[in-house]
Amino acid sequence: MTAAVSGARSVINRGLVLTTLGLLGVAGVMVLALGFTPVEATQGLAQKIFYVHVPAAFTALWVAVPATACAGLLYLWLHDPRLDRFAAASAEVSLVFCLVVLVTGPIWARPIWGAWWTWDGRLTLTLFLFFLLLGYQTMRAAIRDPVERARFSAVLGAMGLVLVPFIHLSVYLWRGLHPKPIVLKPGDPSLPPEMLHTLLYGLGAALLLYVGFVTLRYGIQLAQDQREAADAR
Amino acid sequence: MGNLFRLALVLAGKDLRLELRTRTSIISAAVFAALVLIVFNFARDPTAVATLDLAPSVLWVTVAFASVLAMNRGFLVERENAAFDGLLLAPVPREALFLGKYLANFAFVMLVEAIALPLFVLFFNLDLSHALGGLVLTMLLATMGFVAVGTIFSAMVVKTRFAELMLPVLLLPFMVPPLILAVKTTVPLFAGRPLSEVVDGLRFLAIYDIVFLTLAVLLFPAVVDE
Amino acid sequence: MPSADPALVIAAGLARRYGAVRALDGVDLTLAAGEVLLVLGPNGAGKSTLLRTLAGLLRPTAGTVTVGGRLLASDTHDVRRAIGLLSHQSLLYDELTLLENLVFTARLYGLPDPAARAATALAEQGLAERADDRPRSLSRGMQQRAAIARALIHDPALLLLDEPFTGLDAVAGDRLRALLAMHVTGRRAMVIVTHHASEAWDLATRVGVMVRGRWALEGPRPAGLDDFQQRYNEVARG
Repeated sequence: MTAAVSGARSVINRGLVLTTLGLLGVAGVMVLALGFTPVEATQGLAQKIFYVHVPAAFTALWVAVPATACAGLLYLWLHDPRLDRFAAASAEVSLVFCLVVLVTGPIWARPIWGAWWTWDGRLTLTLFLFFLLLGYQTMRAAIRDPVERARFSAVLGAMGLVLVPFIHLSVYLWRGLHPKPIVLKPGDPSLPPEMLHTLLYGLGAALLLYVGFVTLRYGIQLAQDQREAADAR
Repeated sequence: MGNLFRLALVLAGKDLRLELRTRTSIISAAVFAALVLIVFNFARDPTAVATLDLAPSVLWVTVAFASVLAMNRGFLVERENAAFDGLLLAPVPREALFLGKYLANFAFVMLVEAIALPLFVLFFNLDLSHALGGLVLTMLLATMGFVAVGTIFSAMVVKTRFAELMLPVLLLPFMVPPLILAVKTTVPLFAGRPLSEVVDGLRFLAIYDIVFLTLAVLLFPAVVDE
Repeated sequence: MPSADPALVIAAGLARRYGAVRALDGVDLTLAAGEVLLVLGPNGAGKSTLLRTLAGLLRPTAGTVTVGGRLLASDTHDVRRAIGLLSHQSLLYDELTLLENLVFTARLYGLPDPAARAATALAEQGLAERADDRPRSLSRGMQQRAAIARALIHDPALLLLDEPFTGLDAVAGDRLRALLAMHVTGRRAMVIVTHHASEAWDLATRVGVMVRGRWALEGPRPAGLDDFQQRYNEVARG
């Protein structure tokens, strides 16, 4: 039993290291953005938030949520509790990243368009993702049996993932725009290389932070599960 | 295949008979729909916003919330009667269990809509004779989609705490695409445009229905089998 | 000791695990037609889990269950025709009459002439006059009989009973014992989970004690109840 506990400890430690590196990375990107990247012509200083906003959005939509859904589906096939633990950790981290997007989005929009919330297609999609993830968490909290919780989470995750493209398309339809793919660039036709570099560093930092957070959360849950199993005996 | 449908009809028949005996869900959902319509009527200023502009939204918001209420009964019937095991014990494919519950839920929701629609026409004083066919078709397609998601979710939430609260929380995000599509289709119809102009929206609704009905049938065994 | 008959139920290596929690931890079982297995054990030992796994309501994480030579798996449903369960829950709908409940069950099992089957099943339990009553209006003993009618309507080869004597008075208990004795035929086997061996001692041909997900002892029923009680106490404590 001691071996198992130390196993959880080492996962948590690894998570702490990765998270710290990730946070340092994000700090570095912000320094890079403010000090070493050219200021955007039309949007001015407010545009700088793009280097935090876009990586967070990308990570949430293309990495964190699909990871949760795929881990869930794999769980339905393999019934391995580790998959459920990972899916849950990834979902929580997705929620955090969605919050970052939803907070930085209005901060970016206000100085540029004069309104806090403009029902922008991408932000609206993130809002829906936020509510889906919130529903996921709420449901998990309301189920006591871990096997049932894992199964139901997997089903909800899979259905949520399929819903995302439908939301994307129907939101664009609602705004009367021709559906276009979610693009990482701002309205500009192309990004000057310094901006692209900073953006890519930002993306790297976000991904590192994601891995760090998920590892940390996984480790904490593992420790908790082991404690509960020990108590049950 | 024939057996699948036979069993689904047996199951749906049981649900319909149970509902007719108690009538609680239908009545609450219908009364709720009427109340929502009344509230909408008093919550607007008819001189500020044209009725026709607001009408589609009012109709679909009413339908959405009343449907969630109607679907709440879902598998609650089985839990209240502690009868779920009886269904799972029997040599019934889980797809038939889903289909039976789906047909029953679909019938209930359509019934609530059939009550809400005339009330809507009455309260808002609209002439929809030209749009009726298209409107009914839109209601059918939209309902088919979100009842599929509602049925599988009700099987899940029936085992959680706060089941009645959990269903709307989980279901509403899934109702948004069919709602948006339904409103997009209804607006031109109310304005007198022909059905041919809204075919795209209807097609989209049909795609949503096929995708989520298939997904629900595929995932349902994972929900009910332990 | 009936060993010449082919086994009706075979469970091999049944396990139900999630992470570190083991509800069933390697359980084997062989029952021939005409046998009655009594399952005893302390609370949380896994008795209900075993029963539900044999009923096909729980999927084991390891091991298999075979009934009448056919494998019980999540994608094959026909083998469920051979299984009947009497559980804590009545499995009856309160807003339907007894007859309507049983007709529904008969239809679920695809039985020919459901109405007649339902009427017969009720009559066999002495409930013919109450056929048009709701389950709510019956006494506990009668509700039990209605549940039995439901469990037996499709003539299952394997009958599983989860603490059937709970809440029954002496008279009702005797009636149940007599009924079960009648139904132990050359074609049927029973597994009865119970808290007190005395409740069904005379019916049993085999006895098993479950502790922490596995058999602490399992074998043909010994002759003396008192000696067995002693062994049970030793085993259930450890």
